[in-house]
Amino acid sequence: MGIRGSKECPYLRKEGTEPLTLNRNEGMQQPETAEGPKVLRATVNKILHHSVVDGPGNRAAVFFQGCNFHCAYCHNPETIAMCTSCGHCVDICPAGALTLHDGRVRWLQELCCECDQCIHECPHLASPRTKDYTAAEIMEEIRKDLPFIRGLTVSGGECSLQRDFVAELFRLAKAEGLSTLMDSNGSYDYSQDRELLAVCDGVMLDIKAFDEEEHKKLTGQSREMVLKNAVYLAGCGKLEEIRTVIVPDYLSGAETVEKVGQMLEPYLKEQKIRYKIIAYRPFGVRAPYKEMLHSPSAEELERCKEIAKAYGFAEVVII
Amino acid sequence: MLNITDMKKDVESIITNTALTNEQAAMNLSAVPFNYVEFFETSSEFRELLEAGCVCTMTEGNATYCPRYTLPDYEKLMRDGCRFLRLDPPKTLFEATQTLEMFYRHIPSVTHYPVYLGSVDKMLEPFMDDPHAYEILKSFLIFLDRTIPDSYCHMNLGPEATKAGEMIVEIQTELKNAIPSITLLYDPDITPDDFAAKCVTCALACAKPSFANHKEYQKIYRTPYGIASCYNALPVGGGSFTLSRIVLSRLAARAKDSEHFLHDLLPHTVRVLCEYIEQKIEFLVERTHFFTSNFLVEEGFLKLENFTGMFGVVGMNECVNTLMEKEGCSDRYGYSEKADRLAQDIMEKMTQCVMDFESKYCDCTDHHFTMHAQVGIDVDYDISPGVRIRIGDELPLYEHLEHCAKMQPYFNSGVGDIFPFDETAKRNPAAIVDLIKGAFSKGMRYFSTYSDDCDVIRITGYLVKKSDIEKLDKGIRVQQANAMWGYGEVKNARIYERKVRNL
Repeated sequence: MGIRGSKECPYLRKEGTEPLTLNRNEGMQQPETAEGPKVLRATVNKILHHSVVDGPGNRAAVFFQGCNFHCAYCHNPETIAMCTSCGHCVDICPAGALTLHDGRVRWLQELCCECDQCIHECPHLASPRTKDYTAAEIMEEIRKDLPFIRGLTVSGGECSLQRDFVAELFRLAKAEGLSTLMDSNGSYDYSQDRELLAVCDGVMLDIKAFDEEEHKKLTGQSREMVLKNAVYLAGCGKLEEIRTVIVPDYLSGAETVEKVGQMLEPYLKEQKIRYKIIAYRPFGVRAPYKEMLHSPSAEELERCKEIAKAYGFAEVVII
Repeated sequence: MLNITDMKKDVESIITNTALTNEQAAMNLSAVPFNYVEFFETSSEFRELLEAGCVCTMTEGNATYCPRYTLPDYEKLMRDGCRFLRLDPPKTLFEATQTLEMFYRHIPSVTHYPVYLGSVDKMLEPFMDDPHAYEILKSFLIFLDRTIPDSYCHMNLGPEATKAGEMIVEIQTELKNAIPSITLLYDPDITPDDFAAKCVTCALACAKPSFANHKEYQKIYRTPYGIASCYNALPVGGGSFTLSRIVLSRLAARAKDSEHFLHDLLPHTVRVLCEYIEQKIEFLVERTHFFTSNFLVEEGFLKLENFTGMFGVVGMNECVNTLMEKEGCSDRYGYSEKADRLAQDIMEKMTQCVMDFESKYCDCTDHHFTMHAQVGIDVDYDISPGVRIRIGDELPLYEHLEHCAKMQPYFNSGVGDIFPFDETAKRNPAAIVDLIKGAFSKGMRYFSTYSDDCDVIRITGYLVKKSDIEKLDKGIRVQQANAMWGYGEVKNARIYERKVRNL
């Protein structure tokens, strides 16, 4: 079901509340064509043609719009919800790059001055600066990059919300010899989707907090599925990387790293899994969290790194 | 006619210059007489082009008495030793590095220092079971930096990964010296990914190694090739007699339009310059002592038939833009198909004209001179190196690499471009290896990188420490001889403004 065109705004945030949660495949549209077969489209926030931080080597990265978690520390909160075409941003755009036509906000990229005012002011944690693509169109977009990249990473938002689209995109990417990685919050039950894992080389999984209450406090969601996925993906050789953001006094980062180490220790002897220890940074974070959260010390990061190393992660990186 | 007053001024400016070491002063003095006397008659056409700056003889002077670039067969040294220097073949790592240190001292070139140190990893690998290997290699590398004060001297590694190669790269990453320059002869089918990534890590710390497209370069000569001086690919056991260059940008200023340039000015200038290069080679071979009595020739470390002459090219970017302007077009080099097509037409025409000239010597290149993308000299102003896109006009990363892949294959004896990265790249050196693989698969010949926080940076083709340039700016002498050239290029060629890439 496409969400564009629905008159009611399902994600309209009431005063003091977080946006509603997206359901799987909700960001995708499958319009019926005259010929019959459905063409999948997905809303994309950004395509990077080269990235050194989204998996091994140089990769293209596709950032989908829409996430079912709404983490307090999210550094690109404008990717969380879908645009409702409420028009608020149209009035504030200093470049005249946003217009409202037939009830829909349109983004004129050539006029955009990238001042980011629209995303800072959006009342819905969305962005008007998105584009809808088919998987084939994304492949066309990155065709010129092919000699210089080894793979494609899908991220977000939450890429697994676009499960059908990702599966199709990965099939096309594989045909071009690219490796395929998902950067996921782990809310999707990967154990039930062999078809997807057949075209996905690995998942870079966020384990934001091991403690259930902390996880709920941060994301609004349970960590049950995330942990199940960590074990399942490690078991089938598809766990590329674990990521934990360290936020002192808000999350027990060292404890999370410790527990994740204990949980995955049986797999680490045979498998090379990277652990990325990420320092919380206020850049891009929304109010009121920006004022509330603070960055960890170098010592704290080192302590987490040592814990992960002791459990035998192949590579432990502090970012 | 010998003008004693001018000569005295030249000498005085050297012996009073507090920014020169004694050795640098002695070497500069040795070049002075050759600017005042002529040993062979040049044509009036040549002198006219030289005066106008359309051709340039690369400060070689008028009496070349040794080849500009020599690439001795060091494998022979390791195998047979050297009679003249009374050196036996080495049996241990210590002996091997000592033998090389002594031998390097006697290798002449235009800089008076060796411009090629050989495939040092391969030479030292048989001795790497030495428990003191790390200390010996480290002291060897420090010795080179302190005794060869010139970063045109070039060490080669690869394409295979070796213990010696890995250790040299690790030690360089730690030492961060400007000398020697290093190139990895890179073939993704032979060089393991982790060794290539280790080389990138080193380059992001101290601007070396660079990467040479081994698959392409190994096809060029019948003998093995080596990378010498800036990035010059030349036959091992030989090298280049001489290098002169055509300054395309200045020649374009004389043109009425592209047709006039391509069909009149270019063929004429190429012919005149080729005749001059040939005269110089004849003088060197027939009237000086080098190929008759130098021990490197006598013992077979260098062979006459492995030498060629280099035809240098500089200023393509400005040349194309000037011609486009003259035709009322706003097309710019790198940014328009029309402008790039003109650049390719110029390269094709020029290569054909160079190939039309037959040399008495240059056996290794079938009696023709070889094309070289010259990187510029310190006094060049508004003349971009070889076929590089000018600093300030760089294209987005992939497009720039594609452009290199289009223009670099015209040059058999050296070409290259430089891509500095911000420090994020240090987290993922494999990503830069991916870029190199992609660019080389498309035909790019030579890739250099450094990080924006390096002290050692690549000026155009050679390495200099930014901290040395600061000292020279204050008139304080530094040990590295060619840091002075780097200082000039920083002043004249906007080296510090080169685009830093973000990944």
